[in-house]
Amino acid sequence: MIRSLLFFPGNNPNMLINASALLSDALIFDLEDAVSPAEKDAARILVRNTLRYMDHGSAETVVRINSVDTAYWRSDVQAIIPERPSMLLLPKVGSASDVRELECEMARVEAECGMEVGSVGIIALIETALGVENAFQIATSSPRVRALFLGAEDLTADLRCKRTKEGREIEYSRQRLVVAARAAGIDVYDTPFTDVNDDEGIIKDAMLARALGFSGKAAISPRHVGAINDAFSPDEAEIEYAFEVIEAIERAKAEGKGAIALRGKMIDAPIVARAERTIEMARALGLGRRKA
Amino acid sequence: MKILKNAAAGTVESSDAYVTVEPLGEEISVEVESVVIEQFGEDIERCAREVLAELGVEGARLVINDRGALECVIRARVETAVRRAGGDLS
Repeated sequence: MIRSLLFFPGNNPNMLINASALLSDALIFDLEDAVSPAEKDAARILVRNTLRYMDHGSAETVVRINSVDTAYWRSDVQAIIPERPSMLLLPKVGSASDVRELECEMARVEAECGMEVGSVGIIALIETALGVENAFQIATSSPRVRALFLGAEDLTADLRCKRTKEGREIEYSRQRLVVAARAAGIDVYDTPFTDVNDDEGIIKDAMLARALGFSGKAAISPRHVGAINDAFSPDEAEIEYAFEVIEAIERAKAEGKGAIALRGKMIDAPIVARAERTIEMARALGLGRRKA
Repeated sequence: MKILKNAAAGTVESSDAYVTVEPLGEEISVEVESVVIEQFGEDIERCAREVLAELGVEGARLVINDRGALECVIRARVETAVRRAGGDLS
C-alpha cells in the first residue's frame, strides 16, 4: 500500500543512501527533471547500483525514467529493469501509445534477463492537457499500469495558468484523474506540495487529496512524508466505526435481517465496502482497534 | 574497454567520490585520496579494480577522491568515468 511517494534526485548519493530511513511508502529515484543532460549517464549507473546494493526495506522502489520522446529512455529501461524495481514512473504520458511503447521495451529487457514478463509495473505521470483528456485510455492501456500520477507543475504550464497553493486551477484535472483511475481499477497519486516550509499547507493539501479519492500523494521533501502518511491513514474513529459496521452486518445476517441501522443510519453495500477497505488498510499499517 | 581519452565522474560533495581516468599503456594504476584512507583505502582500491576488470579495462590511470562514499557509489563513479573515457555515453 502506497500513501506517500518521495522523490530523490538520481545523481545525489548523499540523499540516495539515506532513502530508506525517511519512512516513505515508495521511493522515487529520479532520472528525469532532477538530472542535467550531461549527467544522465552518471545518474543511471548510480541509481542502478543503489537498487542493486542497498536494502530499501519494505518501501516500494520506483524509478522515474526519461520520457519516450527523449534519447535517454531506452538506456534507462535497459539499465534499471534488471534490478527489479517495483515500478517505472513514465513522465509526460499523453496517450496510450506512450505506455505501449514503454511496455514493449520493458518486455524485451525482462525476457533478455530471464525475468517474468510483466513483473515490473508502470505509473503514468499525467502532466499535460492531452494526458488529462486521455486519462482513462492511459489507465487501461496495459495491465502493467498500476496507477496514474498527477504532475501539476508541468500541467499548469501547459494549461497556461498560474500554479497556486489553493489549487483551484487543478481541480478538474484532479477529479478527472481520480475518476479515470477508479474506473480502471487502479491507484491514483496526487501532485507534490511544493512549499517545503509550509507545514500547515501540506496537511491541508494532503487532506484535500484524500477527500477527493486519491490513494496517496507525492513529496519532494522528507518533511512532508509524515503529514501525507497521516492524511492517508485511517484514524481511530474511522477504524472503530468500520469494525462496528462489520459486526452489525454479521449480527443482521445471523438474525436473518435484510437491513440494519447503525448510529441511526442504514448500513448498505457501499458503507460495508468502505468499512472493509478501512479494516484492510488498518491491518496493513499495523493499526489496531481501541477496544476489543 | 579501451581508455581513449581523459574523463571524470562524480563530485567532491559529502558521500560522493570524484574519479578521474586517463589512458596508461597496458598498466592499471589506482590512486586513492580519502579522509578514511587508513580504514578503507584498500577496500576502495579493491572495488575500483573489480569494476575495471568487469569492464575489461587493460590500461588506465585512475584517481579517486573519496568523500566518504559507500561502495556502490564508488563503483558507480568508476564505471561512469571509464565509460566516458571509452566513448560509451549510453
